[in-house]
Amino acid sequence: MPVITYREALNQAMREEMRRDPSVFLMGEDVGVYQGAFKVSQGLLEEFGPKRVIDTPISEGGFTGVGIGAAMVGLRPVIEMMTFNFALVAIDQIVNHAAKILYMSGGQYSVPMVIRGPGGPAHQLAAQHSQSMESYFYHVPGLKVVRPGTPKDAKGLLKSAIRDNDPVIFIESELLYGTKGEVPEGEYTIPIGVAEVKREGRDVTIVAYSKMLLLALEVAEDLEKEGISAEVADPRTLRLLDTSTIVESVKKTNRAVVIESGAGFAGIGSEIATIISEQAFDYLDAPVERVTGANAPMPYAKNLERAKVPDKARVIAAVKKVLAVS
Amino acid sequence: MAIQVVMPRLSDTMEEGKILRWLKKEGDRVEGGDIIAEVETDKADIEMEAFGSGILRKIIVGEGDSAQVGRLIAVIAEEDEDISAMLTAAPAATGAGGAVAGAVAAGPQVLQSSSEGRVMASPLAKRIAREQGIDLSVVAGSGPGGRVIQRDLATIAAMVESAPAKPTPVSPVSPPRESRKAEAPSPPFADFEERELSPMRRTIATRMAQSMASAPHFYLTAEAAMDRARELRDSIQAQAADLTVTFTDMIVKAAAMALARHPAINASFAGDRIRVYSRVHIGIAVALEDGLITPVLRDCDRKGLAQIAKESKELIERARSRKLKPDEFTGGTFTVSNLGMFEIEEFTAIINPPEAAVLAVGSIQAKPVVEDSRIETGHRMRMTLSCDHRAIDGATGAKFLQELKRLLEKPLQLIL
Repeated sequence: MPVITYREALNQAMREEMRRDPSVFLMGEDVGVYQGAFKVSQGLLEEFGPKRVIDTPISEGGFTGVGIGAAMVGLRPVIEMMTFNFALVAIDQIVNHAAKILYMSGGQYSVPMVIRGPGGPAHQLAAQHSQSMESYFYHVPGLKVVRPGTPKDAKGLLKSAIRDNDPVIFIESELLYGTKGEVPEGEYTIPIGVAEVKREGRDVTIVAYSKMLLLALEVAEDLEKEGISAEVADPRTLRLLDTSTIVESVKKTNRAVVIESGAGFAGIGSEIATIISEQAFDYLDAPVERVTGANAPMPYAKNLERAKVPDKARVIAAVKKVLAVS
Repeated sequence: MAIQVVMPRLSDTMEEGKILRWLKKEGDRVEGGDIIAEVETDKADIEMEAFGSGILRKIIVGEGDSAQVGRLIAVIAEEDEDISAMLTAAPAATGAGGAVAGAVAAGPQVLQSSSEGRVMASPLAKRIAREQGIDLSVVAGSGPGGRVIQRDLATIAAMVESAPAKPTPVSPVSPPRESRKAEAPSPPFADFEERELSPMRRTIATRMAQSMASAPHFYLTAEAAMDRARELRDSIQAQAADLTVTFTDMIVKAAAMALARHPAINASFAGDRIRVYSRVHIGIAVALEDGLITPVLRDCDRKGLAQIAKESKELIERARSRKLKPDEFTGGTFTVSNLGMFEIEEFTAIINPPEAAVLAVGSIQAKPVVEDSRIETGHRMRMTLSCDHRAIDGATGAKFLQELKRLLEKPLQLIL
């Protein structure tokens, strides 16, 4: 299987879908001539021309709205947010329009649109550009929210997102663009709403996605040396959460730790912990532990940035806590 | 949801309770926390609270009657709720097996209670306890704040398995919770290394503490003249080169014969009755590097010395190489522990529950003895019988020990 970067995987997904379906187009800041702030849209302007790869002014509210309108009348826009933090400028368009038009039009208009771009902690992008933006969107009925952690998932899920008839919030990560992984040759998709056990284990289930997935896998490797067998479950999709994969895993291991990079209060960890307690209560040997970002804006200073984000030591401590070992 | 009211464990040692008075009658409305009955335990008369609200639909154990801990004594439910299944299931709770059976039958609705309040256990531990019939209120928890978690039940499950095939006469009791807390402090600045308990260590700890806590031990010591036993052993060895007969084998044989004649020692204290075993299965304590195990020789009273010698040699070898099957180290009715080879003159052993007695054997020592008014060299061995006073009284134990002493002193009986 070819090994490619997460960035190339996304690029392949868009290229393949634009070749497959002429109604797909890409729009956003610097996606064309500059080939994307993170080079995800490399070569697309050259292949598909300026009618399908459109550079916009700095106006997220405007071009997101244009995308919604285009989707309502039959096109399949892919809207790139240079970083997902900028989607806050377009949040009325996304939450009040993209998410609700199907419902409010009595099913007359669907919005087959993807809004994609990087989110979550990166390297010293500070308070306004490091937010785990998924939590602003997975609360909203009408949206689907996807956060892939590997090149294979990124490609397969972006293709599914582009073909989906509802608005999909597709959040990548600056820290993942350069990571490499095996990606199947040829055509494949990965369904939205299906989690995957990325590593099998017996003693504890670590639930993690996006960059935190890689942390969880590293921790699992370390714990193996101490004789602790950790299973790592990657939800991949956060809205249309695949609860049964997580619940089945916890039924097997009897313990769970959820990692998320955002501040923990009312985060995805709270939701997953609740689902586990509702659906696997009699299988739990310890309360579900959450490892979350600190309850503070992201600091700019490198040392403080490290302190804000979940790290190995904190995940290992949480695992040992649920196992009641020292 | 109907609530099964079971006899709560109101003290650490409580096995059963007597209903002195019902403070509510059938048909009365009961709120959680209401005092519904007065219960006489082994320690005191204690008021019993309801753990849920509803109508007291059925009183199963009436005033003046007793029930084992965990047994269904009443049902609280809504007025129109069908409780017939619960009532027909009730007799199952009253069967032999005491607290164990009680806990099984109690089912998921039961709210455990004890004098120290709510039992802290993980949901998983509760489910396992329910499925395996373990009374959680007596399990020492190793989780945060003393919470009972999955691994704590592995020990108890092993104990339940290792008990005789018939229902266990005593409930699987682990050391009281307090003992765990008491272990924690260590002298300041002390250097130490902490080692995880092996499953065997954990089982020994639990069972021995259980034995000392629940069985009041008393000890009887007698000294037997072993001169003839030595001669007999030497002559057997001289005749049969391929057979090794140890003193332990001779003691096991003698104990088996004595047990057959004094069955009160070959017994168990079973809460509300004494169980006297009709067969004699003797366990031999075998030291291992990190613990000990007690392989069991079946029907010792019906086997000759040579067969006992052969079987015990084989069992002990397999015990040392840890190849015993579960039915080879469970189901004993009496235990012999011999530390004579370590030049121990005498010692006391802890009873291996549910047995009622254990024999601790010291070394055979040459010493001056008076015989026919002359001082001669004699070989003497001191044996100490530990008895569970709940089942055995002093004179009963003494008669058994006297019989054993006579058999060893006239050992031809062992091979007749």
